[in-house]
Amino acid sequence: MRAKLPLILGCLLLGTMIAFAVAPDVFAPMDPLAFDYDALMAPPSAAHWFGTDQFGRDMLSRTISAARIDLQIAVFAMAGPMLIGSLIGLLVGWFGGVADAVFGRLADLVVTFPFLVLVIAIVAVLGPGLINMYIAIACVGWVFYAKLMRGEVRVQRSLDYVAAGQVLGYSTARILFRHVLPNAMRPVIVYAVTDMALAILLGSSLGYLGLGAQPPEAEWGVLIADGKNFFTTAPWISLAPGVAIIMAGLGFSLVGDGLAGLLDVKR
Amino acid sequence: MSLVVENLRVRFDTPRGPVWAVDGVDLGVGPGEVVGLVGESGSGKSVTLRAIARLLHAHATTTGRVTWRGRELLTMPERELEAIRGGQIGMVFQEPMAALNPVLSIGLQIDEVLQAHTDLDARARRARALELLDHVGIAAGATRLGQFAHEFSGGMRQRAMIAIALAANPALLLADEPTTALDVTIQDQILRLLLRLKQELGMALLLVTHDLGVVAQTCDRVAVMYAGRICETGPVRDVFRHPHHAYTAALLQAMPSDEAATTRLVPIPGMAPRLSEPAAGCAFAPRCAEVQARCADERPALITQGSRTAACFARAGL
Repeated sequence: MRAKLPLILGCLLLGTMIAFAVAPDVFAPMDPLAFDYDALMAPPSAAHWFGTDQFGRDMLSRTISAARIDLQIAVFAMAGPMLIGSLIGLLVGWFGGVADAVFGRLADLVVTFPFLVLVIAIVAVLGPGLINMYIAIACVGWVFYAKLMRGEVRVQRSLDYVAAGQVLGYSTARILFRHVLPNAMRPVIVYAVTDMALAILLGSSLGYLGLGAQPPEAEWGVLIADGKNFFTTAPWISLAPGVAIIMAGLGFSLVGDGLAGLLDVKR
Repeated sequence: MSLVVENLRVRFDTPRGPVWAVDGVDLGVGPGEVVGLVGESGSGKSVTLRAIARLLHAHATTTGRVTWRGRELLTMPERELEAIRGGQIGMVFQEPMAALNPVLSIGLQIDEVLQAHTDLDARARRARALELLDHVGIAAGATRLGQFAHEFSGGMRQRAMIAIALAANPALLLADEPTTALDVTIQDQILRLLLRLKQELGMALLLVTHDLGVVAQTCDRVAVMYAGRICETGPVRDVFRHPHHAYTAALLQAMPSDEAATTRLVPIPGMAPRLSEPAAGCAFAPRCAEVQARCADERPALITQGSRTAACFARAGL
């Protein structure tokens, strides 16, 4: 029970975020886009729990309605690299040889650059926006999944159930996708959940820098960037989205750790 | 002979140079015959078995000939091999826990073999799966089909693996120390099961083991391996009564028999040789109690005498 406490806490946090994303209108106390000229940059009060921005928009409502984009970022910024990386890792881990050697050098090359710098460079070439951000993250992030999967496949490959599959006359494709993949998948799943925490941070960092989600779209990083110009006079503008990022990040991390324990994955 | 192995050699390329784990093995298994392949750890018996089934990884180089019903297995294209493996040749492994897929239920694993090698429809496959579990002595088959390997006990896992290996009615079963990981009481059950299935299904069995007791209990013929080579073959009864190789004689003296309580066991001194430094003469010479002057420099050839072969200067009467 005690070991599961972080998992339960993480699920609660994530559950809240998902509820916000699914039905923002139910949870937001007021219209996130409604201007309130009587309360411009109002500090937190009973009416506006997290204060208002320079147009008098309620920060709590804006943050809640931004949850949808940020969770979407968490999923897509994880899914692309995971699918591409797992497939490549599975293939090079199984077949080895030249492809494996090429992959090794390529992985070294990507790892040499700081993750964020490389992503920013690619977005700079492609142009800002969510889609281009996903592409940039996939270009860099697949390497980590591929390395993880490759290592796991190399372990699984030498186990007897693979030999048993071969001696039962199964084709290589069948052994790879039906037998090896499900067994090699566990650490990848755990990493993917933890990776979503990083994806949220990355997405909001890029949003903050103006490279990810673009201003009409309410995204936590963009909201924080909005508040930065008034940080000395109205620091609460950045508070609600900041707390949201921390809660979502913490939620994914706790669930990731909890899953690692449940699935018995050593890290 | 339905399976014929001729001059099988397996070389592992290691960072410290090539190692010949199997060095010129000749072996035959006739239809319905039980052949034991015996040796100490590292003698190359398991590698021989895996080479026959073409299960060795890329770092191993296999040469020689393995013919199954007149067709060469080692050079056969993957496609044809897939039909023979599982369909005509099955295999059971030492560690059933490792050899069963942990994330698929036993029922799915049996079903998969049947899908691959038979034309049965889903209903017939399920019936066949239940029949197989019953055959290998697993009760409550309907419940067991939905369970996973970790829900089975050691003996039950081995039975499940045998059921999977036999699903498509193979004519030859390769068994790689199928009882080594089990309790002695379970060992006996599994051996009896294998023998019963062999009788009922008329299949041949190539049994790798380090246990001479298992050989005595189950096999028609035995091949004794040492340092990657066969040193003696023959009918079990004859070989055990009058070994034609000094190594076989030493092994038998080291084995507890029915009179174990009253007979003194004689261990074989020394260690199994390092394969990376092959000896010029007989590989067993440094440990042999009956060693002769020429044993160290001259390698004894495998000489055939009737139904038996042996490669020993001291005993084969050369």
